[in-house]
Amino acid sequence: MVERNCREVKVREVRFLGTWDEPSDFVELTLDNPGWESYRPGQFAMLRAKHWGLELPWGRPFSISRVDAESVTFFVQVVGRGTSRLARLRPDDVVIIWGPLGNGFSAPPATPTLLLAGGMGIAPFRGYIENHPSPEFLHLLFAHRASIDFYPYLNMSEKVRAESIQERSPDDLPLIIARLEAAMDEYEGGLVLACGPTPFLRTVQAHALKKNIRAEVSLEKTMACGVGACLGCVCKDGQGKHVQVCARGPVFATADVQI
Amino acid sequence: MIDLRVEFAGLVLKNPIITASGTFGFGLEFSSFGDLKRLGGIVVKGLSLKPREGNPMPRVAETPCGMLNAIGIQNPGVEAFLRDKLPLLPWRETAIIANMYACTVPEFGELAGVLSGEEGVAALEVNVSCPNVTHGGAVFGQDPTQIRKVTEEVKKRAKGKPVIVKLSPNVTDIALCAQAAEDGGADAVSLINTLLGMAVDIRTRKPTLANVLGGLSGPAIKPVALRCVHQVCRKVSIPVIGIGGIVSAEDALEFILLGAAAVQVGTANFLRPDQSFRIIDDLPRAMIKAHSDSLGELRGSLKLP
Repeated sequence: MVERNCREVKVREVRFLGTWDEPSDFVELTLDNPGWESYRPGQFAMLRAKHWGLELPWGRPFSISRVDAESVTFFVQVVGRGTSRLARLRPDDVVIIWGPLGNGFSAPPATPTLLLAGGMGIAPFRGYIENHPSPEFLHLLFAHRASIDFYPYLNMSEKVRAESIQERSPDDLPLIIARLEAAMDEYEGGLVLACGPTPFLRTVQAHALKKNIRAEVSLEKTMACGVGACLGCVCKDGQGKHVQVCARGPVFATADVQI
Repeated sequence: MIDLRVEFAGLVLKNPIITASGTFGFGLEFSSFGDLKRLGGIVVKGLSLKPREGNPMPRVAETPCGMLNAIGIQNPGVEAFLRDKLPLLPWRETAIIANMYACTVPEFGELAGVLSGEEGVAALEVNVSCPNVTHGGAVFGQDPTQIRKVTEEVKKRAKGKPVIVKLSPNVTDIALCAQAAEDGGADAVSLINTLLGMAVDIRTRKPTLANVLGGLSGPAIKPVALRCVHQVCRKVSIPVIGIGGIVSAEDALEFILLGAAAVQVGTANFLRPDQSFRIIDDLPRAMIKAHSDSLGELRGSLKLP
């Protein structure tokens, strides 16, 4: 596990490029490209609207969904004070952004790779698919609760083999877990990448360790700084030592982290 | 060109803006966001003799205009700091201040002995006020007699390096604590550390922090910090470093008007990681707003009714 420095990371102020829509709980947030030439899917950025003032002193971490020459896109689900404000951004509002941060997913060429996305955990896989050297080796399995229309799934399913499965009630869970595990079993010798809610990641980790399948999980934690300084986002590594999710992750090999 | 240099307690800083312990890592985490050599000083993350894992998660919570933390002095230990971090820091250009955490007077002395032998350490900051570890600093920080004893012990082992005692606001009379530090031979005091606080989640019916209690910091505490610095400046003759909710150059000047020799910027480093550098850039403009081009003239010039 390499501790990445973030020597080239700068703080930038960029414009919100979206349109003014009725606030929704699921928002595609597109900003001016802050001058990023490259990033590794699975990396994240900290966002803080300039007009927030002092009431919310922290930025908010979001997985980078995609980057092109002009813009960078995030998917945001409204869960609290910061995300509800981000969902109400107006065109040309200024957002303070620092990134790309963290390590990102492995992307070995010509390796059968299963992408397991739970809910908003689908966000990093959009850029992953777009940037992968051999997308024909990718298989996306998407588990979600809200309507599929809220997610960028359809766009992605045109590019790779993909299937989705909806949890309409907690009764659906055993079926979904069985589907996840069965899909993973096909990737012994390949690679499994997972991003989603913590219970989802625990399921993936347990099965990967049990079947000795190479897998990486992207963790989500509350963060204050995003750059490894505040020590507020730690998890335990394989040896039980606290490590920062922002600086040492957010992506961890399943053997290297306690979820 | 306004001269921002400050000199106090044997330190010469190129400006009065110092980053506060626990909010700026070991400095290196921020090296892409600004030139560390531009900072007046860097107080590194609290160091203990042995590595510490810190408190269980969750250990931070955002609150209106502030945050709570109960990190519990997670750190790699003083030896790892000296070996892996200090050589990478621009200590010839910027004062690197080592924040020390220990649970007993002899441990504080030992830690001071280790750190004071290092050319790259400009000063020692004694954390007698961390409220997060129940058997630790809180005992010292709330008892003037203990503050004096710890100060004396650290001073004895400091090999002439300036000793700064960081004070807790969780006391009845912070000026008495400052007095005790001065009596113990402190070269300066820094204040305030965090205010003891708590947050509750009604959905889980649990405290938000696993440690239950945490330290409140950020703009929310600035009025308390100003009051404390004001009281301490009137009581002691050693230099005072103001800390608490500083996010702008104007905020920094407020503390300097009260008599602070310098200030530390903490939670503001989370607003955006280049904030301390921006405050330095902004200081001349704020001074002009206060009708002065001299920090010396501004310092302690508060007009009391």
